[in-house]
Formats: sequence, structure tokens, C-alpha cells
Amino acid sequence: MEQINFLIERLPRFLDGAWVTVQLTIGGAALAFVLAMVFGIMGSVGHWLPRAVSTIYVEVFRGIAALVLMFWMAYALPIATGFQLEDRFAAILALGLNVGAYGAEVVRSSINAVAKSQIEATVALNFSWFQRMRLVVVPQAWAQMLPTFGNLVIELMKATAVAYLIGVADLAAVAQQLREATGETVVAYSGALILYYLIAQVLILGMRLLERRANRKLGRIPSGGQGLLSLLRAPTIGTKVGVAK
Amino acid sequence: MSPSDTPENTTAPGVDGDAAGHAANNLIVFDQVVKRFGDLTVLDHLDFGVAPGERVTLIGPSGSGKTTILRLLMTLEKVTEGHIWVDGEPFSHMNKGSGMVPASENYLRARRKRIGMVFQQFNLFPNMSVRKNIMEAPVNVLGLGKDEASQRAEELLELVGLGDKIDAHPTQLSGGQQQRVAIARALAMRPEILLLDEVTSALDPELVAGVLDVLREVAETTDITMLCVTHEMGFARDVSHRVLMFDKGQIAEAGHPDQIFGDPKEERTKSFLKSVLESQ
Repeated sequence: MEQINFLIERLPRFLDGAWVTVQLTIGGAALAFVLAMVFGIMGSVGHWLPRAVSTIYVEVFRGIAALVLMFWMAYALPIATGFQLEDRFAAILALGLNVGAYGAEVVRSSINAVAKSQIEATVALNFSWFQRMRLVVVPQAWAQMLPTFGNLVIELMKATAVAYLIGVADLAAVAQQLREATGETVVAYSGALILYYLIAQVLILGMRLLERRANRKLGRIPSGGQGLLSLLRAPTIGTKVGVAK
Repeated sequence: MSPSDTPENTTAPGVDGDAAGHAANNLIVFDQVVKRFGDLTVLDHLDFGVAPGERVTLIGPSGSGKTTILRLLMTLEKVTEGHIWVDGEPFSHMNKGSGMVPASENYLRARRKRIGMVFQQFNLFPNMSVRKNIMEAPVNVLGLGKDEASQRAEELLELVGLGDKIDAHPTQLSGGQQQRVAIARALAMRPEILLLDEVTSALDPELVAGVLDVLREVAETTDITMLCVTHEMGFARDVSHRVLMFDKGQIAEAGHPDQIFGDPKEERTKSFLKSVLESQ
């Protein structure tokens, strides 16, 4: 009881920390998404130059530990260039660059998985490369990207916890500070665990909502009829629906 | 129009007039076209021409190169040797300096819109409604206004008998209906040349007639030049001016449908027609 009171009393502090974690997640995910799309699409192009640029980005940032990159941005960059990044911004940049590299591979492979017959139809209709990507390829690859994007965004959210090491007052930092100030180790970390879990659940739900919409758009699952409760489990697709003979 | 209407013994680019249909006013000319996939020669120094408004059916055993001809014309494949001409202009190649080089994507984009294609597997875009499937190319490629393109989509869907399906999703349609939408989508670009690649082969037997009726109507009411690969011999006989029998990458026999189906000269044509009739 005492411990629950402790948690409730400190809830505003936990929520402040959680809000910073959410900001880092949204910022990192937004950056990662843009990088994944740009470098993923470049990686699917026939010409060697954009493909090479994409490969360099992916291999460099996939191979670098996000934590070390974050330290580098926070501590090495100011010394090397005299340019001081805000802590939160450094964390977002490091996470976005790192997860974006994984995302680019997802985008590239999803684009390459779009049926060749679909590409041929766009040639027969004389679409330009850009029209083909915008109207046909990316919308179809989108449904394929989403499940893996869901995993990546949750990985990214959890990876934000290292940002407290460069002084960002996120959820992990709050737990750490409460523990040091009060000695309530179990309660401090349990509170953080629960809040991280809840944030992850919201992300999962959101990604499933996107996934369901994407599959509906491709006619893979029937539209309407399924409430929000059905989002608690992963969507099942693959069965053809509503085919009139 | 019958093959005898086309003037002969005149010179198309690099080709002399002959029974295969070469003539100066040909819309499409294949000049010594070779297509190889690795060691496999699919088209072997092929020469033939198609006059404007002519409807030509390509028949022959599988692997004889019929579909490859359509795919070369749609620029889905590139010729290994030889040249393809459309309307007196190089199509597989382009002029550069004093010689010819393989056509660039920019060169093709300016010319390819005259040609439309309907595929065996329909290839409708599953991420769009029927209306969008038909509208997107006229809007984005031809620069048509949205209202005009939408109206064109409605008219064409009426033509193919699917006026009530305009806002349906492709997966909600039967194969026959999807194929009729694909025909409407190709026609929305107002092509001068329409390529039909075994358009009924993937359909259940009871759905074939509906698609062929639509194509008969298109043939009767327009002057679109049509190249058609099909195993539907009745349809070929009804709509085509000329039938080309292919075997081993070359034309084994060419002639009016009545002659090819009624009185084939070549042994290969006879045995092919016999095997097709037996299987139907």
C-alpha cells in the first residue's frame, strides 16, 4: 500500500518522463521513416549510383551502436565542430539514423516484392518512374512494410531509454533519479516498466490500425464490421474475400 | 479490310514487300528481329508488318514466340537484333548521329502511349478502385482533367458492361469482370494499337464469352490496330483480317483466317489446329 502511494505521489514525475520518452519516440520514428523511405527507394532503383548511396547509408548506420552514436553527437560533435546539439535532438538524430538504416532495408525489400506484372501494367500505361512509384509500387509495398515497421518503432521506443545517459530527462532518467533520491528501487523501476509497456501497447495498437487500413485498401480483408477490439490481435490476411464468380 | 488491300512491292524501312504483309504504309514493321533469352532463340530473324487498322491474330504452339512479339512492342522486352518500326519511326531504337542506338526511356515515353496492352492475368492495380484503375493513366500520363477522365471511365465501363462496378474494388470482381475492366483501362488511353495477350486464357470457361463479346464490339466500332495472341479460334476467325501461324520463332504460314482455318497449306499449321480443336 505504501508503495502504491509512493507511485501515485510520483505519478506526475513519471508522466513527465514518459512524455519525453514519447517525444523521443515520435521524433526518432519520424526521422527514421523519412530516411527509410528515401534510402529504401534509392536502393530499389536500377542505376548503380543511388543504389550505392543507399547501401553506404544502410551499412554505416546499421553497423554503429545507437548509444555510441548518441554519445558522439552529444560529446564528440561539440569538440570536433564547436557545434552543440540539444540533448534531446542528439538522441532523436542518433536513434533516427540507426533505425532508419534498418527501415531502409524493409522498404527496399518490400518494393522489390511488388509483383513484376504490376510493373508491366505501369509500363503498358506509360507511367513515368515517379508515377509508377507514387501510384502503384509504394502503396502496394506499404502493407508489406507495416508489420516490420511496427517492430522497429517499438525497438526504437525502448532504445530511447539510453538517452538518459546523455542527460535527457526521459522515463528511464526519472526512474533512476527516484531510486537514487528515495532508495525505493523496486517501485521506481516497476513504475518505469509499466509505463514503457503501456507506451508500447499504444504503438502496437496504432500500427495494427494502419496495417488493417492498408490491407483493406488492397482488398485483402473486408472493409467495415470489425471493431477496435479486433486490433488486440494481429490481423489475419491471405484469404480472398468477396470474389464473385 | 483484307490483306489484298495492302499495296505490295513497295519499300518500308529496310523491308521489301512480301506476303507476310510488308508495305510502305505499315503501322508496325518488324525488320529481321531476333530475340534470345540466353541460349534460347525465341524469335529468329522475324520480318512482318501490320497495316493501320488491321487486326492480326498470332497463333502457334507455346514457346513459338507469339507473346514475345507483343512484349517487344510494349517495350517490356528489348530486341536482341534487328529493328522494330512504328509509323515509319524507329521504335526499338532511336537515331543518334548517323547510326541507331537502343531507344532510351525518354524516347519511349514519348511514343509508347500509342500502344495499349491487355494481359493474361489482368494486372489491375489492387490498391485502387475500378474507377481509379481506369482514370490514373489518362490523368497522369495524358494530362486529362479529373472530371473528363472520370467521365471517360464511366463511358468505357458502360461499353464493357460494368457500369455498376465503377466504385467496386478489383478483388470484388470475377476474373471475367476484371479482364473487362483491364480492357477499359487500356482503351482509356485511346491507343492506336491494342495488344491482347491471351486475354481469356486465365478465365473460367463460362466467363470467356463475355470478354470476347466486348473485344468483338471494340473491333467492330473502332479502327484500332489489334495484335492478338489467342487460342480462341472462333474469335480469331471473326475479328481478324489476317492470321499468322508461328513456329520456332518464325512465321510458318500467313493468310486470311478463312484460308488458315479452312484450308491450311503447311503441315505444321494443320497439326497445330488439330491439337487445338481436340483440346477444346
